[in-house]
Amino acid sequence: MYSVRLWTTRHARLFEIIYNVFEPIITRLHPLWKNLGYERVEKPVARLEALCKGVLFDCQMCGQCKLSTTGMSCTMNCPKNLRNGPCGGVRGDGNCEIYPQRRCVWVEAWNGSRQMRNGDAILTVQKPVNFSYQGSSSWLRVVRGVVKSREAAKLNPQPVQAKQAAENTQ
Amino acid sequence: MIFEDEPLDPWHPLPILPGHSSPGRLERVLRAGRFTVTAELAPPDSADPEEVYARARVFDGYVDGMNATDGSGANCHMSSVGMCALLTRVGYSPVMQISCRDKNRIAIQGDVLGAAAMGVSNVLCLSGDGVQSGDHPDAKPVFDLDSMSLLETVRGMRDECQFLSGRTITAPPRVLLGAAENPFAPPYDFRALRVAKKVAAGAQFIQTQYCYDIPRFKTFMAQLRDLGVLEHCYILAGVGPLASARAAEWIRTHVPGIDIPDAVIKRLAGAAKQKQEGKQLCIELIQELREIEGVSGVHVMAYRQEETVAEIIDRSGVLQGREPWFPGRGHELQKESA
Ligand code: SF4
Repeated sequence: MYSVRLWTTRHARLFEIIYNVFEPIITRLHPLWKNLGYERVEKPVARLEALCKGVLFDCQMCGQCKLSTTGMSCTMNCPKNLRNGPCGGVRGDGNCEIYPQRRCVWVEAWNGSRQMRNGDAILTVQKPVNFSYQGSSSWLRVVRGVVKSREAAKLNPQPVQAKQAAENTQ
Repeated sequence: MIFEDEPLDPWHPLPILPGHSSPGRLERVLRAGRFTVTAELAPPDSADPEEVYARARVFDGYVDGMNATDGSGANCHMSSVGMCALLTRVGYSPVMQISCRDKNRIAIQGDVLGAAAMGVSNVLCLSGDGVQSGDHPDAKPVFDLDSMSLLETVRGMRDECQFLSGRTITAPPRVLLGAAENPFAPPYDFRALRVAKKVAAGAQFIQTQYCYDIPRFKTFMAQLRDLGVLEHCYILAGVGPLASARAAEWIRTHVPGIDIPDAVIKRLAGAAKQKQEGKQLCIELIQELREIEGVSGVHVMAYRQEETVAEIIDRSGVLQGREPWFPGRGHELQKESA
């Protein structure tokens, strides 16, 4: 919902803290996901994720969440799906060029990022959206990513881990 | 401006100098540190090549590059690829605009290769206006990439010889990469950082939105300097003549992202000949912008007043007697000297 979305972004620091607690928990549950089978849990987890993040952020389930790098503002709500910053059409009052009654997603994102401890992540260039991930769970993808990079780190020295971590989604 | 190593036929590329990315004239002028002028070339609603040439000809001798717009304002016109093909055929130096609104990554990368093959040396990567603002509001907006990922994609094609998919390109597109920025739209603190982000993604020059608010522009430039961006990127400040106070008022209220201060509108309204005053104001702005540290040139957007560009540039004196190349001129002179 629009008003909830504005509220969460304006409390971006709070949600950053919550996520920082949440991520290690779901990651620790890796053996559970593995035993049940990632494919089998994909649907229910995606549904749960869509519900939670849908209410809080108007999440569009792109499957490669970047909320923690975009000030907790879901930039898939930008009518141009911009992943890297505001367009040049933002109105003087900070509203969207296309929907003048709504706030520009990126103005909110910038303000949210300024509250966050790791807010400068907004300055990193994001890769294009992988549309084949649409509708899938970003959480499970994060877990798999973290586990994979840990395993790779065991076999290999540093660089791989750093690269994987950079590619992590939320 | 004629280079020593001009090709015999103007439609052939110049040799690529060491450290240069493209065989284009625009990059030559920028890197030579000359005050550079580019202009927006509005595409015709027609399939007649002569209309493109007629529109280009009005800039002859005053601009170093012309932006072939890509469905600007989300209105349908001749494509930027088509215009560039016509322009490069006679040796002009177009800046091909690519907007992410209408094409996905497959189409865009194909266009980049095609354009480079036809002699396009400059590409400007844009997100594009929303379809809602144009004449086909019922169209499907694509936005597969955004301006930033588009920059990275084209840079990858050029420097890594790879498509986004990782597949190899045998002859890379040798293009100078440009991007746009609007220092006059919120969030203001983000704008300079966003330019830095674009430079990190591959931008080598930036064309800005119309600058009417000089103090804000100066702040923006100072931020760019502090970020160390100016060493890696040429900034061309956007300018354009306003036809009247009423037109200015209309633009301010109807075109998102263009900020025209009250003082400007007042000045136009108070003038006896508003169109003349609009030109005068534009000239003064160009002269003021030239003095700002880090401004490498101007990008003139004189929509529906293209015929005024030559006079504005001439009277501003920014070319300091330099005459940018245009079809015919360089050729003749070169033959003379040969
Ligand atoms: S104004 Fe903001 S939300 Fe609207 S299209 Fe531009 S960046 Fe997206």
